[in-house]
Amino acid sequence: MLRIDIETCIGCGVCEEVCTFGAIEVVDSVAVVNEKCTLCGSCVDSCEAGALSIEAKEKELQTDIAEWSGIMVYAEFRHGKVAPVSYELLGIGRRLADQQKVPLTAVLLGSSMDGAARELVSYGADTVFQVDDSALEFFTDEIYGNILEDIVRVQKPEVVLAGATAIGRSFIPLVATALATGLTADCTQLAIREEDGVLLQTRPAFGGNIMATIECPFTRPQMATVRPRVMKALMPDSDRKGEIIDFKPDPARLQSRVKVLQSVLEEQDQVNITEGDIIVAGGRGLDNEKGFELIKQLAGTVGGAVGASRAAVDSEWIAYPHQVGQTGKTVNPKLYIACGISGAIQHVVGMQSSETIVAINKDPDAPIFDVATYGIVGDLYEVVPKLIDKIKEKRG
Amino acid sequence: MNIIVCVKQVPDAKDVRLDPKTNTMAREGVESIMNPFDRHAVEEAVRLKEQHGGTVTVISMGPPQAEAVLRDAVACGADEAVLVSDRAFAGADTWATTYTLGKAINKTGSYDLILCGKQAIDGDTAQVGPGLAKRLNIPYVSYVRKITGFENNVLTLHRLMDDGYDEIELPLPGLLTVVKEINVPRVPSLKGKMKAKSLSIKTLNAADIDANPDSIGLPGSTTQVVKVFAPEFKGERAMLEGTVDEQVEQLVNKLQPYL
Amino acid sequence: MDYFLTEEQQMIVDISRQITDEKIIPQRAELDEKEEFATEILKDIAQADLFGLYIPEEYGGFGGSCFEVVLALEQFGRGCVAVATSFAASALGAYPILLSGSEEMKQKYMPDVASGKKRAAFALTEANAGSDASGIQTTAVLDGDEWVLNGTKQWITNAGEAQIYSVVAITDKSKGARGASMFVVEDTDPGFSFGPKEKKMGIRASATCELIFKDCRIPKDRLIGRQGLGFITVMKTLDLSRPGIAILGVGLGQAALDEAVTYAKQRVQFGKPIISFQAIQHMLADMAIEVEASRALVYAAAKHIAAHPKDMSKASSMCKVFATDMAMKVTTDAVQVLGGYGYMREYPVEKMMRDAKILQIYEGTNQIQRNVVGQELNKEYTK
Repeated sequence: MLRIDIETCIGCGVCEEVCTFGAIEVVDSVAVVNEKCTLCGSCVDSCEAGALSIEAKEKELQTDIAEWSGIMVYAEFRHGKVAPVSYELLGIGRRLADQQKVPLTAVLLGSSMDGAARELVSYGADTVFQVDDSALEFFTDEIYGNILEDIVRVQKPEVVLAGATAIGRSFIPLVATALATGLTADCTQLAIREEDGVLLQTRPAFGGNIMATIECPFTRPQMATVRPRVMKALMPDSDRKGEIIDFKPDPARLQSRVKVLQSVLEEQDQVNITEGDIIVAGGRGLDNEKGFELIKQLAGTVGGAVGASRAAVDSEWIAYPHQVGQTGKTVNPKLYIACGISGAIQHVVGMQSSETIVAINKDPDAPIFDVATYGIVGDLYEVVPKLIDKIKEKRG
Repeated sequence: MNIIVCVKQVPDAKDVRLDPKTNTMAREGVESIMNPFDRHAVEEAVRLKEQHGGTVTVISMGPPQAEAVLRDAVACGADEAVLVSDRAFAGADTWATTYTLGKAINKTGSYDLILCGKQAIDGDTAQVGPGLAKRLNIPYVSYVRKITGFENNVLTLHRLMDDGYDEIELPLPGLLTVVKEINVPRVPSLKGKMKAKSLSIKTLNAADIDANPDSIGLPGSTTQVVKVFAPEFKGERAMLEGTVDEQVEQLVNKLQPYL
Repeated sequence: MDYFLTEEQQMIVDISRQITDEKIIPQRAELDEKEEFATEILKDIAQADLFGLYIPEEYGGFGGSCFEVVLALEQFGRGCVAVATSFAASALGAYPILLSGSEEMKQKYMPDVASGKKRAAFALTEANAGSDASGIQTTAVLDGDEWVLNGTKQWITNAGEAQIYSVVAITDKSKGARGASMFVVEDTDPGFSFGPKEKKMGIRASATCELIFKDCRIPKDRLIGRQGLGFITVMKTLDLSRPGIAILGVGLGQAALDEAVTYAKQRVQFGKPIISFQAIQHMLADMAIEVEASRALVYAAAKHIAAHPKDMSKASSMCKVFATDMAMKVTTDAVQVLGGYGYMREYPVEKMMRDAKILQIYEGTNQIQRNVVGQELNKEYTK
């Protein structure tokens, strides 16, 4: 419950301003809370008089909390390949493990995974627990969840990380619920607080308009799914030493009520925008569908993929797989050229980690210039053709 | 087929902003809406009911105002509505939420299928569907983009994956979370709106669902939000100058390493 | 402005607005470009129970008046006059049956119209009979238990897309206006066919063609009301439906105003948004004033008509003239505010201007409406 000390409250109304939920208002010079309160705590932080506090029963720590140690990464394997996000998880996992001076473990589940465990070692894992079983040929939440849960119970890692992929975001919540512990989805930053070893999990919320840092202070393990292409993988080192352990699951745990009949790979759009080094993207400023012809020309000239803002996709000028941003793909190419994209926050969160960002826009106040390395204010229909000519000219 | 649809009232996320100077959320003009993914879940439930018979019950955990989204769902074809509301639920994370919803659903009666949107646009966690299935010990499938059949109490469906889709059989009772591609939600009908206006909504509080006070709301949450801030961007903002030709020349020189 | 709608009326507005914003506006440009009938959108409207707004509850409708229809049409008109016209034309085709048809006829046709399962159309105009309805040449002759229709109707809205047609034909040439009767013709009746789709300036997503009757035989009981009652039914029908056309002008004018203001706030010239220039401000202000005045008049006229079925003509004609002349002016001004962009098909205002023109022409030209008002004034001051 939110407690308001009416003696201390000066009725300044700052809390009323701060509350996103309209849950607090000043009546007769005193703050009053209503049933819309979600206990988010914004008002408590904003109250200079110190009149507000959240009254919560002091939660008890899990009794065996000290026994949980080590960083564990779930390494995704599908269609004969380790998903790239697994290497990224080992990258951040290695950093956290070194900081805590604890081992980094990977869990690899699948079928016919020759050599994959070795790869995980070269990317930083100290130990790999693998289960190579035909029951794991297709992904099912129940079997994958059962095995990961069992390994976690035996290993007792303090942190468990998985990719925020379709698979990770589907079955990790099952594991967290089974383990009665906290899970933070789609994290973009992770750090461990020195003093108490608590994992600080930072993630975007409200469509990327807000960032939130979340802790799981009372229970272990601390679980998070991590957004792909945000963390950096280490350079693989084939000389790294590590232990590969075949985990023997209880056969009863290899049963799933859900059956996968087949797994169909779909024709990906010719260029997968998340994998190239260069992306040329267009937005509302193109004014129409034909504008993407010009974007494609520039992309063709520089050997890049074509990206788009949500506005362009919503206008049906280009298909959804090209969309970059909160509701589209997250990309981090070496070069990102944004043409006629205003730079709404939803777009920027999906491309801000690009090495170099070029913005071409006719509005000098467009927010895209705030994230740009280089900006040109001008009509893209004039600038882009000249840019194409100039690049061709330079190359001879 | 008796279907329960979980819906959530959310602020229209595209309007939510954090003022980077004061670190406070600007709430002016932010509308409360039904979570857009949940609209697709309601639509799919109503279509299943139209095909196979049964009833659609919508359930929402939230403050009394969340009644509005329940009425919206009824206007779009749902039959019954249940509001799970208690100040003691405030501050719940997904762990406490699935506990609460699970308890409430057990009080609501029997069901064949539970539908959820794949995620809510405020938290974007996508954790409630799978967590709830675990609480109820029923099988589930996430990211369903198409239901292809229903026979012998088994649903066949397509689950959207990062690299394609999986064809799946789900025995009922079970739970699905749906993506937007699954359907185009209908607009409410006049008769539906009138029904929604007069429908009495069943309300369940913490005592009604026999909730353990230590498992709900903030005390029942395993995670805590400790900091909220506006995203920062790093741009160098080197604005090129001169004529268009001069600017293009400068840019190409600077981009040389990539070309 | 707040017009103090009832809760139910506000629901109608909310549903219609949602259909307009979610279904009509995203598709209108493509429908216009391809001259495609909006079948799916009309299904959405049917699904929302809006086709039966004016139909009594005993025939499966909502039991409202032409005012409820006006509320829905205002929103649809804001989205696309072509789609709105397809919706309105169904009411126009159903009114004769509701006004003059037998109980059996209403039972037979109205539930399907109310549910939107079937659409209706109204067929009066011919090549030689537009404003002057006495030039009608289509005939109906009783032959045993059947009426036999011959002739051609022109520019019929919903032709080919409707299943139920209310058709005016001459049953007794010697009686002049009193020799006209109305009939229900179904799309599947033998001897009934459609001409090619007309190419129009605006409202291109609406269907307009000829109806061709060649020894078209229909059962005797398809006569709407009594023989010779045709013109009275036509006049009452148009009096009831005209506020619907008037409100399309209001919806369209509002849409043009919305586009113009939004653009004027964004468009920068001489270093300032053009809305800061008085020349633009005054144009926008006049547009806003005229839209609101039209809305007030149409709402009042529709309520008057609903309450006074014997005194409809003047109110009906006045609001049609005022609101549709306004729509033509306001959409033209919106194109002017947008300048070169306004003239381009990428922006919606050029379509709005093309669509506005028909409002001054169909369901009685604005010149004819002024005649009606003039004649009514003459009558009133003679009393």
